[in-house]
Amino acid sequence: MSRASYEAGHLAGRDALGQELLQGTDRPLDPNAPLLEINDLVTDFPLKGFRAKPFRALKGVSLDIRAGECVGLVGESGSGKTTLGRAVLGLAPVTAGSIRLKGQEIGNISAAVRRRVGRDVQVVFQDPYTSLNPAMTIEAILAEPLLTRKVPKAEARERVAHLLEEVRLPADAMHRLPKEFSGGQRQRIAIARALALSPELIICDEPVSALDLSTQARVLDLFKEIQERTGVAYLFITHDLDVVRHVSHRVAVMWKGEIVESGDTAQVTRDPQHPYTQRLWMAAPVADPAKQKIRREERRELLAAQAEAGEATLAFAA
Amino acid sequence: MSKQNNAPPTALKRLLRDPQAIVVISILVILGLAIIIGPLLSQFDPARTDLGSALAPMGENGHILGADSAGRDILTRLLFGGRNSILGALLAVSVAVGIGTTSGLIAGYFGKWFDTLSNNAASLLQAVPGMVILLAARSVIGPSMWWMMAIFGVLLSAGTFRLVRSTVHSVRNELYVDAARVSGLTDWRIIFKHVLRVVRGPVLIQAGFLMMIGLAIQAGIEILGLGDPGMISWGGMLSDAFARILVAPQLMLWPSVMLATFCLCLTLLANSLRDALDGTQRTSPATIRKVNREIRAEMAAEAAFYADNPIMMGEDELLHIEALKVGYAAPDGSITEIIHGIDLQVNRGEVVGLIGESGSGKTQTAFAAMRLLSEGGSILSGRVVWKGRDLSTVSEAEMSTIRGTEIAYIPQEPMSNLDPSFTIGYQLMEPMRHHLRISKKEARARALDLLRRVEITDPERVFKSYPHQVSGGMAQRVLIAASISCEPDLLIADEPTTALDVTVQAEILDLLRKVQAETGVGILMVTHNFGIVADLCDRVAVMQLGEIVERGDTVTMFKTHDHPYTKQLFSAILDPEEIREPYVAPSGAPSPAAASLVDTSLVEEAEGRLETKTVSKGASA
Repeated sequence: MSRASYEAGHLAGRDALGQELLQGTDRPLDPNAPLLEINDLVTDFPLKGFRAKPFRALKGVSLDIRAGECVGLVGESGSGKTTLGRAVLGLAPVTAGSIRLKGQEIGNISAAVRRRVGRDVQVVFQDPYTSLNPAMTIEAILAEPLLTRKVPKAEARERVAHLLEEVRLPADAMHRLPKEFSGGQRQRIAIARALALSPELIICDEPVSALDLSTQARVLDLFKEIQERTGVAYLFITHDLDVVRHVSHRVAVMWKGEIVESGDTAQVTRDPQHPYTQRLWMAAPVADPAKQKIRREERRELLAAQAEAGEATLAFAA
Repeated sequence: MSKQNNAPPTALKRLLRDPQAIVVISILVILGLAIIIGPLLSQFDPARTDLGSALAPMGENGHILGADSAGRDILTRLLFGGRNSILGALLAVSVAVGIGTTSGLIAGYFGKWFDTLSNNAASLLQAVPGMVILLAARSVIGPSMWWMMAIFGVLLSAGTFRLVRSTVHSVRNELYVDAARVSGLTDWRIIFKHVLRVVRGPVLIQAGFLMMIGLAIQAGIEILGLGDPGMISWGGMLSDAFARILVAPQLMLWPSVMLATFCLCLTLLANSLRDALDGTQRTSPATIRKVNREIRAEMAAEAAFYADNPIMMGEDELLHIEALKVGYAAPDGSITEIIHGIDLQVNRGEVVGLIGESGSGKTQTAFAAMRLLSEGGSILSGRVVWKGRDLSTVSEAEMSTIRGTEIAYIPQEPMSNLDPSFTIGYQLMEPMRHHLRISKKEARARALDLLRRVEITDPERVFKSYPHQVSGGMAQRVLIAASISCEPDLLIADEPTTALDVTVQAEILDLLRKVQAETGVGILMVTHNFGIVADLCDRVAVMQLGEIVERGDTVTMFKTHDHPYTKQLFSAILDPEEIREPYVAPSGAPSPAAASLVDTSLVEEAEGRLETKTVSKGASA
């Protein structure tokens, strides 16, 4: 499917989705503005206990994504990268700051407004085993977002067949249950569900981390291929540097609830500026014994240099 | 259709395959039909007294089960009474399930003030003694069985509420519920489509038990003489019989039989239902024993051959696995072979990588080497030789000593391998005191020294900490310390860094390298990561579907590999030099003209807006 036909389908889909959805597009269109604009986003999670100080997961994060672009978000567990994705999806609270989609604020909106706007932002989660309801057939899973928007049944069925084709699964997968599929196939189903509403942005939260090496490469290629064909934008959250290099146009590095470095992938991965990014880059082992030996030496030198420069507390944060 | 054939059986099908369930359901259906249809066919009026047949024995005057003290037909009364008893119990269950499920769903899903309120209400309901409430209600409302059962239903609803609430709590955080929310489903739709499905099973099971309690309580009220005297019920019949127990004890028999049968059947049905909904088919211990006997018989000849032909181990050879086959007993008594005859050697001071994808059998190989296969698993043929001894000939006690002092294990999930209720120091000291037979003081000194050796900066603090007080990377350091505490010859590390962050992984790999260099321990490294193999391993074996397809020296393997599967794995490694180019917006990016079109659209009607959107989209495509 070409980009133009994706958009045609997108619009036809909107037509079919009816008046209710038209209100979803009710926003000022500034073609030069980025698709997604996050400004000084702060997210607090309340902690248990009387007058406990809340936990601040995001400490003023700013990020933007243009239509059709893939922005990689790298960081370790607890860095806040997943929270950032969930905030964009409306699944995590926005304490301060703003999240704008095509100029419209989507940070602190009511559930009803979110349902209208939300179709433009979809998600692929990390765990393909718990992100699909085990009791529903693939058809029911894929049709759910369509039926909830009052797309006629016959049309939804057609769209589901088409979606399966897009993610390279056989059409008879429709009648089966998630447990009959492997991890990689399930992740394809999750991608198909994310594409069902022809969104403009998909939040990909570690979508290949749970997959085997060879499956991972194929699913990554599918992500890229779909992007090139349809022009959908990705916020690609991952801890795997090889994955992020492979799939993203730009990279943002998160550390302790803040973005410490961002830029074009080549620049950030070849010439990292922030000490944390440098350490992160050096830490991943290279799949080549000779190169890894060199990398190990470089890492040792880097750590020594950073320790000398007074970064000792950071270097041994683990 | 083929999809029907390979689809696993549904809960209903599983239920109907369970002989216990079939018997129980048949009894309930027959009794149920008798209670519904029976009274219509009976020639007797259940309430008509006939002093001529008072206390008639079975079969006399057409009274099949005899007659009671007032000459009323027992069978007819039993069937009529069954209607009331069962309907009464059903009323209680419906009220309990109705209130409990609704409030549980709302409290569990939406939480907030309703959760607090309903939770306290449930505690209150559970705290008050049910019987007292029922007695109080009776004195106010009068002896109405229906009211009593409805009130009893309210009392029971607290249990259903708690069950539903906790089930909803666990489903609510499932990713598929998040996904549904993102797809734009309303909360109510999520509750009906996703949450209710999960709640259904447990509630159904509980309803079976509640029904039983309802029947029993109702009979209890009647026996106490607090029931509705104008209504026939099993409890009422028991109450009558009780009054004449010295004259005609046989009157107790039939209502008791009916009550007992129903209660027993309901309990058994609920149990079968639970098994059916649970769905996982487990291999029964009996099947496992039978399969194991067969395997032992088959392996006897092989064992004799191995005993006659011991392996001549080289000086440096530690672990020698030869033609190893591993299988698991399936529920039907057959054996599923998962490792199909592999050879693997680990020498002293050598790091051997065992690489493969999920399901390749790499972890099972490691467990087989330690004789730690989980329930139902066993070695089907081949042998595992440790320093010249065939491990299949070693007793369980000796094996336990070997595992403690000669072979150590580093798991994937550091946190789940530390006991949360003991301090780290205690968990480090215990194995040393047991295996090395040293004093507590000595063990403590050694434990602190070990923590220092795994580069923990504040060993004293970590020693006193509980597992939840340290990070994942720290926990893995502790486990590495524990693994080398009894100076083993071999470490078996199963994906030791998979659960850790990249920077922590690098530190743990450095640590393993350092420990290896210091102690000269051999390492069998089970992993799926080629970076780790490149970093640490001297030799590597590639596993696929229970077989080792290729093996060799690490440096050579990375240069040349022949097997198609190895080639496929290597080609799947993402090239770090292959970096995606910066994004270029598609040509014909929004022109000022298009922008102005869009601007004017702002004042137009909704349809018009859609049109202009088409135009601007078309221009940018």
